[in-house]
Amino acid sequence: MSEGEGAHFYRQGALDTSHKAILYLEDLNVSFDGFKAINNLTLYIDAGELRCIIGPNGAGKTTMMDIITGKTKPDSGKAFFGQTIDLLKLSEPEIANAGIGRKFQKPTVFESHSVAENLELAMKGDKRVWFSLRAQLNGEQQALIDETLQTIGLSEQYHKLAGALSHGQKQWLEIGMLLVQKPYLLLVDEPVAGMTHQEMDRTAELLKSLAGKHSVVVVEHDMEFVRSIANKVTVLHQGSVLAEGTMDEVQQNPRVVEVYLGE
Amino acid sequence: MLAKSRARIGVALILLFFSIAAVWAETDPTWNQASSLFKQASFDKTREAADLLAASSDPQAPLALKALLEGQLYQHKQNDSLAVLADGNSLDASTGQALSALNKDDYRKIPINNTLRKYLRSKLGGLSLSSSDPKVRLASTIGLLETVTPEQLPQLQDLLSKETDSQVKDALYLAIQLASLNSSDKASKLSALNALEGNLNPIVRNKLTILSSDADSEIAKAAQTTLRSIENKVALNGQLETLFFGLSLGSVLVLAAIGLAITFGVMGVINMAHGELIMLGAYTTYFIQKLMPNYLDYSLFLAIPAAFVVSGLMGILIERSVIRHLYGRPLETLLATFGISLILQQLVRTVVSPQNVPVSNPSWMSGSLEINSVLSLTYNRLYILAFSLLVFAILYFVLRNTNLGLQVRAVSQNRAMARAMGVRSARVDALTFGLGSGIAGVAGVALSQLTNVGPNLGQSYIIDSFMVVVFGGVGNLWGTLVAGLSLGVINKFLEPWAGAVLAKILVLVFIILFIQKRPRGLFPQKGRAAGD
Amino acid sequence: MLISQILKNDRGGQIMLAVLAAVLLVVPVLNLVVSNTSPLHVPTYLVTLMGKYLTYALLAVAVDLVWGYLGILSLGHGAFFALGGYVMGMYLMRQIGDRGVYGNPELPDFMVFLNWKVLPWFWQGFDMFWFALLMVLFIPSLLAFVFGWLAFRSRVTGVYLSIMTQAMTYALMWAFLRNEMGFGGNNGLTDFKDILGFSLQSDYTRVALFICSGLALAIGYLLCRYVINSKLGRITVAIRDAESRTRFVGYKVEHYKVWIFTFSAMLAGVAGALYVPQVGIINPSEFSPLNSIEIVIWVAMGGRATLYGAVLGAILVNYAKTVFTGLMPESWLFMLGALFVLVTLYLPQGLAGLWNTLKTNFGRKREVAA
Repeated sequence: MSEGEGAHFYRQGALDTSHKAILYLEDLNVSFDGFKAINNLTLYIDAGELRCIIGPNGAGKTTMMDIITGKTKPDSGKAFFGQTIDLLKLSEPEIANAGIGRKFQKPTVFESHSVAENLELAMKGDKRVWFSLRAQLNGEQQALIDETLQTIGLSEQYHKLAGALSHGQKQWLEIGMLLVQKPYLLLVDEPVAGMTHQEMDRTAELLKSLAGKHSVVVVEHDMEFVRSIANKVTVLHQGSVLAEGTMDEVQQNPRVVEVYLGE
Repeated sequence: MLAKSRARIGVALILLFFSIAAVWAETDPTWNQASSLFKQASFDKTREAADLLAASSDPQAPLALKALLEGQLYQHKQNDSLAVLADGNSLDASTGQALSALNKDDYRKIPINNTLRKYLRSKLGGLSLSSSDPKVRLASTIGLLETVTPEQLPQLQDLLSKETDSQVKDALYLAIQLASLNSSDKASKLSALNALEGNLNPIVRNKLTILSSDADSEIAKAAQTTLRSIENKVALNGQLETLFFGLSLGSVLVLAAIGLAITFGVMGVINMAHGELIMLGAYTTYFIQKLMPNYLDYSLFLAIPAAFVVSGLMGILIERSVIRHLYGRPLETLLATFGISLILQQLVRTVVSPQNVPVSNPSWMSGSLEINSVLSLTYNRLYILAFSLLVFAILYFVLRNTNLGLQVRAVSQNRAMARAMGVRSARVDALTFGLGSGIAGVAGVALSQLTNVGPNLGQSYIIDSFMVVVFGGVGNLWGTLVAGLSLGVINKFLEPWAGAVLAKILVLVFIILFIQKRPRGLFPQKGRAAGD
Repeated sequence: MLISQILKNDRGGQIMLAVLAAVLLVVPVLNLVVSNTSPLHVPTYLVTLMGKYLTYALLAVAVDLVWGYLGILSLGHGAFFALGGYVMGMYLMRQIGDRGVYGNPELPDFMVFLNWKVLPWFWQGFDMFWFALLMVLFIPSLLAFVFGWLAFRSRVTGVYLSIMTQAMTYALMWAFLRNEMGFGGNNGLTDFKDILGFSLQSDYTRVALFICSGLALAIGYLLCRYVINSKLGRITVAIRDAESRTRFVGYKVEHYKVWIFTFSAMLAGVAGALYVPQVGIINPSEFSPLNSIEIVIWVAMGGRATLYGAVLGAILVNYAKTVFTGLMPESWLFMLGALFVLVTLYLPQGLAGLWNTLKTNFGRKREVAA
């Protein structure tokens, strides 16, 4: 794959979501040493939707994210972004440039860079080597950084090293990095782990405000949090979809109860 | 070589005959007749005398003929008595008794020529062919092969019909075929050519090469066919030999790498001093041999546990003093252990000697196992091959089936969890590292039997060992075994057409490229955990 | 000015380059102008020794760029250094002309000795200085590019990569030991006479080479600093700290790695090319894995990810090597070994890190006192 190919998606600037859905996962299968992590998984995410995905440990949530972002290649199945982009043929950076952003379960920021530099690095733009050598922040980009720092409440920490932030602040910074990437689809893995209630509320607010402009997929364990943000919830179990619906619907689903409460 | 070994057989025969012959020693008239014939100093008369002796039943007679053939039969200038004068021991030819205080100038050597030599050889062959000792029979049959003539055919057939020993039978059969090749009868020539198909004896090959340009085209063609079949078989044996050398090299690689497979593969520790732990094992062998110079044959049995302990303790010392502080920082571990390797090397140079030290092979390791006349496997390589498999099996068992093995695997998979389950991870780390290092020491014992033992011994194996572990797939003992053996075999098969150095380079390049294709080696550890 | 822009936040670099500039000005004067009876006279062998250190320092800067900033512990940079050296050696061999032992106007001595009749194709053109210079830049970079492209594309990282780089230089060592390779086998290339028509024995040539080494170091340093200050540099560090995160924000990590690695190899090649005319020989031992790993300890000792630390480390360790191999040859390997252990255990940030820690502590104390 040449660099140009990876870069052309954002230049084109258009993602074909004419059939309403932005992400298509069909009949995906992945196994590790005989263990089926993903088992005939089929899932659709609509453009502008905020979807929560829950499920017990080992249900395949993280592996699913790995497939979408190109980290893991499935043994079989299809994964399309919009109508035209075959995710299985792209590498991680190509997928990122196509417009899928990801926040990891464990917050990973660039620890030896300042908060502002973290945003600069994540920002949407030409990400080729030669361009990077000469790149300077223009006024517009600078404004975007300031704005985003406002949104995530880290304006005060502009010059602070990201490694010196608290756990919650790192979570926020990572969300900020997602925002400046301007993705169509955000994959957010456990965004509120280790956050205080207050921080959680703010996160919920932020994620809700993102929906509409972006599609957001949130994987979360905290049921209260999920209830506070989700319209639609998907329950994963043993690598496939167990139930789908509103929070109330899935909570009354006997199979879900069985899985979560054990008999 | 061949001549020398034949001479040795001759001497053996002489000694053997003497021991038997010394029992009944009385002069019989044959000897007097022979003496007078010899005295006339003509080749014809000598031949007559030889016939006389050959016909006699005197047990000393073959001996005298043998001596005559070897140019060791002398006649006293005055009293005509015959004597065998070899270096150091002189005997009376007729009685077999030792002669003391004799003056060589009193004797005259009985001259012979090539015709006579050939004649004598066939005579003698015939004589010892009927010896009661199968070893003697075998030796004399083999001695006969080169010169066998069609005239001997009836005698050989007769012997074959009486022979009971299978080895001698084979040799006689071969002699008969070779004799038929020399005959003038075309049919028997052709049938012999047929029968010799696939025979690996070099004499046969020489003969066939001559015959393949025979004037008779039919014979030449048959000889060529047979020769080709033989050459194919020789080539096959050559391949087998290369395979053996490859497996032998591979077993050395496995031995050198298997300790590393534990410290690197299981613990994730890059130990650049691994080669020096091997070296320590080799030096332990040297010191053990120095301590018990009279029991060299048993020295290795003591050296193996001793090397295990020496290198193992050194490993534990390294782990406790340095590596322990660097867990989770593999690159730093690499540098620190490299420093240790430099110190250990220099230590050996300063304390022992910068030169190589001599380590001897016990007698049971020398010699070789002869499969056929073109393929023989040396015992030291065979033993080391077996030894490396044994070490592998033991290690595999230890890791699979013992409590220590269980704890090692637990710590290597999830340190925090293992600790929470009550595994004393520090102790397990030290023991695991000691185990890996001890195995390196044992490898050193084996290596001391194959290569020079010097301060640089370890250095020359460290990169190869890492290659084996990485190629096989880190954390997989089977991978190390397969990788080591296959790299050894690949290397040896490349050598004939690429040369040793280029073969080594090619193997390195091959591994580098292979790792690009499959970064986790032949047998990768799969799973989500392996991804990070 | 551009230079001051580059060195804006680099105190260590400013000091280092100032000292370097002073040395480059003073030493030639002390060698060429001051009479050799004066106690201030610097003998030529010392100038050459310092020139050698400067080439080592450039090599160390190259290693620091990939290790300190990109997180790739290369145990094969000695190979790029040696390749640059061989290229320069080929030029110098061709300059010997018919003054060799065998007096062959075209073929170097070792080829005559091997009974070769014609100059191999890969020796063509090396009689031209500009071509040789181009190759000094090109050959090591090409190897780095191909190796890096293969390795980084398949995501060989960490110790695996280190071992692979080591295998690379090891394989090259064996290859260059072969006479058939056409690079003089075990003996390598030596007996050089002159460079650009100037005798390598003359004081002026030696001083000129010394100055060139210093300038190359300065330029190499500034280039590296420029790269590190750029967004490219920040991405490089991001890759070092969180490689997969960098991928997920859309950077093709392998491209970045290949370019930095190749650039670093080019610097190493230049260092090698300057090294060879000063020491007068290049042979396969330069490819030995020990050499490559020694460079790493220079960087570790000086303090990685500082660049100036690499310069400091290279000069200090090599000075110590010169002194101790002279005084007690036996002791040097003990000391080098101990250095590896002690630096990794007790001085993970190197001397530069130690200095910064001391400075911070001292500063804090002063603040408290005030």
